Amino acid sequence: MKAATAMATGGNKETWIPLLELAAKEVFSLMLGTEISLAAPDTTAPPAVTAMVGLAGQLCGVLSIRCDQQSAVLMASKMLGLEPDKVGDEMSDAMGEISNMVAGNFKNKISGLGDGCMLSPPTVVTGNDYSLYALADSPAYEVSMLFEGAPFVISLQIHS
Amino acid sequence: MRKIVERSLRQAGLELEQVFDAGNGAEALAVLQQSQVDLILCDINMPVMDGLEFIKQLSGVEKAKGVPVIMITTEGSEAHVVQALSAGARGYIRKPFTPEQVKEQVMPVLAVKS
Repeated sequence: MKAATAMATGGNKETWIPLLELAAKEVFSLMLGTEISLAAPDTTAPPAVTAMVGLAGQLCGVLSIRCDQQSAVLMASKMLGLEPDKVGDEMSDAMGEISNMVAGNFKNKISGLGDGCMLSPPTVVTGNDYSLYALADSPAYEVSMLFEGAPFVISLQIHS
Repeated sequence: MRKIVERSLRQAGLELEQVFDAGNGAEALAVLQQSQVDLILCDINMPVMDGLEFIKQLSGVEKAKGVPVIMITTEGSEAHVVQALSAGARGYIRKPFTPEQVKEQVMPVLAVKS
């Protein structure tokens, strides 16, 4: 069994939440010039914007990032060097790219998984009244973080 | 992503005379049939065709012959780097990246070309 398969099915998943946190911190630091921090574990974010990337191969599932509209605009603003009031369609592009980078950075941190797991192009959903259901058969790995004082949630749902 | 890369190139101190962007490999090939460029930056994971197939098809575009390609991608494994370089890429930038990392890859390639 390859290392990544062992990771996906075995007992090392306790490292995944710290790896998600680290992957996100690196992306925000390098690409947005912002340090993010852990929020209280039960913190939730209003799902006004959800960016998702599918994972396929040795690790199958969906990584999503959800936050409120204001945070999404501010993330795009910092990523693109635009004033927040100048951010339009770029918000979805930036959120999609952030989710792609967090997913890619995460999988590259799991030994042996980089080659065996491909990412889909990102999808971004916006709105105030929607629910997302992933047909995953295991609990989600979630980490709540603070960006400029506002909470956002990174979630990884895995098919076994 | 294209705007982020353009911003990073400018932050790295490159003077960009003109930037063309394309939403996928097929659009990029169409642009390159019409326009002469000094450098091509592309991802590996792209809709329509992936970055490796894009490099392969570049050889059929007269105006793109000899134009260096640098991959910017989340695919960070050594195998992907080897694949990209074997396909003809001249550089490889892993996302997330800093403007300095972009500069480190782009400047030598442009210097050789000029």
